[in-house]
Formats: sequence, C-alpha cells, structure tokens
Amino acid sequence: MTAAAPLVVADKLTKYFPLPGGRKIHAVDQVTLTVHEKEVVGLVGESGSGKSTLGKTLIGLHPRTSGTASYRGEALPQHYRPEDFRRWAKKTQMIFQDPYSSLNPRMTVGEIVGEGLKLHSPYSATEIRDRAGDWLKRVGLEPDHMSRYPHEFSGGQRQRIGIARALILEPEFVVCDEPISALDVSVQAQVVNLLDELKTSMGLTLLFIAHDLSMVRYVSDRMAVMYLGVIVEIGPASNVFFNPKHPYTEILVASNPEPDPLRERHRRSATIAGEIPSPVDVPAGCRFAGRCPRVMDVCRRETPRLLPLADAPDRQVACHLFAT
Amino acid sequence: MTTAQPQAAAAGPPLLEVDDLRVEFDTYGGSVKAVRGVSFSVAAGKTLAIVGESGCGKSVTVQSLMGLTPMPPGRITSGRARLRGVDILGRTEIDGREIRGREIGMIFQDPMTSLNPTMTIGRQIAETLEVHRGWSRKRAFDRAVELLDMARIPEAAQRANQYPFEFSGGMLQRAMIAVAIACEPAILIADEPTTALDVTIQAQVLDLLSDLQRDIGTAMILITHDLGVVARMADDVVVMYAGQVAERGSVEDVFYRSAHPYMLGLRAAMPSNSSDRAHRLLPIDGSPPDLFSPPTGCAYAARCPHAMRICSTNDPEAFALGDGHTARCWLHADKAPRVPELSYAGTPSGLQA
Repeated sequence: MTAAAPLVVADKLTKYFPLPGGRKIHAVDQVTLTVHEKEVVGLVGESGSGKSTLGKTLIGLHPRTSGTASYRGEALPQHYRPEDFRRWAKKTQMIFQDPYSSLNPRMTVGEIVGEGLKLHSPYSATEIRDRAGDWLKRVGLEPDHMSRYPHEFSGGQRQRIGIARALILEPEFVVCDEPISALDVSVQAQVVNLLDELKTSMGLTLLFIAHDLSMVRYVSDRMAVMYLGVIVEIGPASNVFFNPKHPYTEILVASNPEPDPLRERHRRSATIAGEIPSPVDVPAGCRFAGRCPRVMDVCRRETPRLLPLADAPDRQVACHLFAT
Repeated sequence: MTTAQPQAAAAGPPLLEVDDLRVEFDTYGGSVKAVRGVSFSVAAGKTLAIVGESGCGKSVTVQSLMGLTPMPPGRITSGRARLRGVDILGRTEIDGREIRGREIGMIFQDPMTSLNPTMTIGRQIAETLEVHRGWSRKRAFDRAVELLDMARIPEAAQRANQYPFEFSGGMLQRAMIAVAIACEPAILIADEPTTALDVTIQAQVLDLLSDLQRDIGTAMILITHDLGVVARMADDVVVMYAGQVAERGSVEDVFYRSAHPYMLGLRAAMPSNSSDRAHRLLPIDGSPPDLFSPPTGCAYAARCPHAMRICSTNDPEAFALGDGHTARCWLHADKAPRVPELSYAGTPSGLQA
C-alpha cells in the first residue's frame, strides 16, 4: 500500500489549546504523518495523547496552531471558513465515538443522514430522502427508520446512523474517532465489518483512532502510536503489534489483556509506574523519559526524532535507543 | 496469580452461594426482568468473573446482593444468597451495614462519582473504619494512610488530605480500592473496575487487585465485559446473557472448551492475536432480547446460528458437563445434533499448561 499516492499529509502539525495565564496544552506537537490513498492508518494511545485532536485538526475541526496539512498536494486552510467547510466536507468526514451524544436528539434519522446532502448538494428534498433511505439500507437499517429519532435505536444502530451520515457525501478520507469503543463486543464486529465493506466498495482512506490495540491491528494497514502529543512509533500494524520497538509501544502491547487465560497467566506483568503527564508542562527531551524503564541521560536532554529503523525502513521510531 | 495458594479452599463450603436470584424493575412500560434465575458460588480466596454485555444483568445481580438496588422500583422476586451460610438478601440499608463494608467491599466503575467530592480521601476511608469497626478518628485516619500506601498511592500521608478532584482517574480507583479493603472484607466486588481507565493504568490496577487479594486472602467477584480482563484475573467465570447464566465453569473450561454458542460467538467476534493471519471477524447478528417480555424459549435463540425448533419454544435448563461446567443450551440434550466447535460433556479437561 505504500506504493499508493499520498492522500493526506501533515507536516509538523501542531495544535495547542491556550489556557488562562498564557500557558497552553500541547495537544499535538509537530506531528508529521502521511496517509496514503486507500490505506487504513490506526492511531493508538492513551487518553490525553492527542489522537482525537490530531484527527480533528487534520480535517479542520480544530484550527492548526502551526505546521501544514495537505490533501492530494493541495494545502488545507489553517483556519476553515464556512466556504472551506462546504468544499472540504465532501472530501473529508468524521465518524464520532459516542453514538449517544453525536446525533441531534431532535432531528429524525432521515434528517440527520440527509443533512450533508441538504447542505452540500443540489438535490431536491425527495432525492435527498431517497438517498438517505438507500444509505440506511446500506448500513443495515431499514429505510422506514427515517422518521424515527435517535433515542429509538441501540448503540450499534446509532453508530450505523453516524456512519451513514458521514459517508452519504461519498468522502475519500474519513477520520473514525473511536467508532467502536462504546459498543459491546458482538456489535463491535458488526460495525468493523460494515466499515470494512464500505471501505472496499467506496475506496475509502481511513484514519482509525482507537485504544483497543487488538482491534486496531486487525483493521489497520499501518499503526501509529501517540504519546503526549507526538507519534513515537509508526509502521505496518502487525509488525508494530508483534514486534514493538519503542519502549512505550512495548508496554502498551504488554498491558493489553488478551482473551487467552493460559497466555495471560504466564505473561510477566509489564506494568510501568506513573501516568501520562500533563500536556501543559511537557518535559524537555523525550516525553516518555519520566516513565521509561530504559531511560538514558540523553533522553532527558534531547528530543528524539521519528526516524526510520536501519533494518526496517518502513518502520519509524522516535527513541534514542535506535539512533545510529 | 492466585496459583500462590494451592486449593486451600477446595474442600470447604463456598463462601458465597447465590441460588436462583430473580430481580425485576417496575416501570411505566411494565416490569423489566433484569435478572432471571442466576445461581453461582464463590470460594474463599478465589476470583469469579461475571462477564456479559450491557444490559445482561451482571451489575444488577451484585447490586442486589449488596442491597444497593433501589426498591422500589426494584424487586427481588425470588432467590437466596448466603454468605458463610447466613442469608444476606433483601436486607435494608441499615441492617445491611454489618455485611456491606465489613464482609463485602465494593469497587465501582466510576470512582469520580462514587466518592464524596466534599470530603478528603483520607476521611472517606477513615469513616468506613469508624462506622464498621468503631475506631477513633485518629486511629482510623492513621490506618487510612496505611491503606492508601497499600494501594500504591505515592506520598500517601499528603494524598490523604486531598479531595477527589485532586486525584487522576487511576489514583481515584486506587483510593476506591483502599476504601473497599479497609475492613478486610471476605469478598471484594469490583464492578467494571478498569473500564474507565487506559490500558497501562488498567494493568496497574489489575496487578494491585490481585496482589491485595493474595495478601489479605479475600475472594473477588469481578464484573466486566472484557474477556481479556477475565482471562487475566479469573479462576471461575459466569457468562451472562439476557439476565440468565448462559455458561459457567472454570476459566479454562469456559475459554478453551466453550459449551454455549454465545461464548463461541463472542470469541469469534474478537480479533485473535495468535497469528498474523487476520481471520474475518464473525459478528453476532441482531441484539439481545427485550427484557420487558423475554422470549419463551432460549433467550439467545434469535441470534444463535445453531438454533433448533425447540430453542424458540422451550427455555433450556443448565446442562452439567462435569467439574462444575454448565451450559444453558439445548445442544447438550441427548438427541441434539453435534456442533463441531462446541465442547460437550466428556471432552477431556486436562489441558496442559
């Protein structure tokens, strides 16, 4: 898939949120990421690592603080104006995490799903209704669900509505922000399979944000691991999962409990002390240095850059252990 | 983790026995049959995991044991629960105190809303000891600091004087654990204790729970929807579906010799990490039944790929498969066709470690 053309490129993309008193939250700090056409890039990390902010900033839901983002070589605006949204919403869309709060409870399902077309297409009201009905069928619901309200649906069904809402404009790039985290296991698989079918039939490119490592490995071509606003490791999903290089990725993978009692029982506990530090006062040097079991002196002074591994150029790691 | 204490309790009677528990909730739309005949037992020092999806009744089950189900609208319509032979069901708030906190400690999913925001962490732990043990303020507070230290909260003495909002999610969950173990309960009930936490913090809290469990020798009921957490922590497992126990047995039996199609379905719906080859996820179609009017037959029949005619008309009993392993499924009846993926009675149960 790396032969494909780059679709979305972020270069030193930075998003700070200002706090009173001149301090700021370093939510995303100088992230460089290329997403190729028809690729699924999984983005994992703990809460507060900046993965959702990165996804939202990429498609203009947050204005960038600095850095650039481009789509098929064309620069994306730093601060989206209404006309920018009108233009880019047809290309880039988002599926939200919480199927309960992301759907307007006062709109019918038909209105929710058809809203994109109403705003962005020349279709008449009847055509929009027809298309919304088609899309409901496509995501496994009934067209006559259109006149119902979101509260009449289960979590999995609402997530299907959210998917239909995002995809009705036939975008090319979709940021999926924890689309399955709020769902039960049996329903997660339904939604993942649905996304997978739509991805294939529509040729979608996905940024799949989640904290469930096993699921991210399953759905993604490449996996990126974020920690405190930076990408610490990126590479083919299975390689990153089965052979993690960055000490943080190692711990993340080892902390991921698997449904296999014998394996779990014989696995040495790989916990690390401490918690993800505040993104307000980020430490100098490597951001993981304070919790890293293999920390060196250099880690506290110099910020490691995300560089390709000598023996695996398709993998990049930001860690002084791998500096040559 | 619990291998450190080899079968100490194997011979004794179970610490907690729950028999045919049924709980309903009255609403304007009718009564919801949330728990429909749940039975299980917990042995001293062991961990029982109750696993199931949202709405399966796993939380209501333990809340009813603790007397935490609001009544009304809740009603325990039948069942018995005995702790060391003493009946504990249906006690009211006040009566229940001698059991709650003293014999049973409880850890909730969301520590932020289950601790009192206007009281320091240390005082909240101390209060437990003052109420249940009748200790003085000073003695109770000193013990609270020790307990925070046992729960691996750094600088416990300073932290004891802080309020919940000054703690992170992981730290709050440790503080909750300190409250729950304050009276060295015989049973610790943990209701989704790590669901709100990140994986690395989850690993810390799970390690803490199993270490404390070993140190103070308490039994644990762990309620979770995460089969990974079950695999990591449990000795025995109860799989709940639509208010009933679908399958029950040792963790090895339930995971490696699954005997109920629901458990098989759950496993097939999850990505497997055992090899690079990605198999396609097999979702379980449909959704759980409406518990206002549960189906007359098996609750899982509508979603079950192996459903037979009898499944939609008659509710199956729990078939015993040996070694305490049971499955509530007609496929275990004598004349039922054999499903290759399913384990039956007599499947060898000595899996080498």
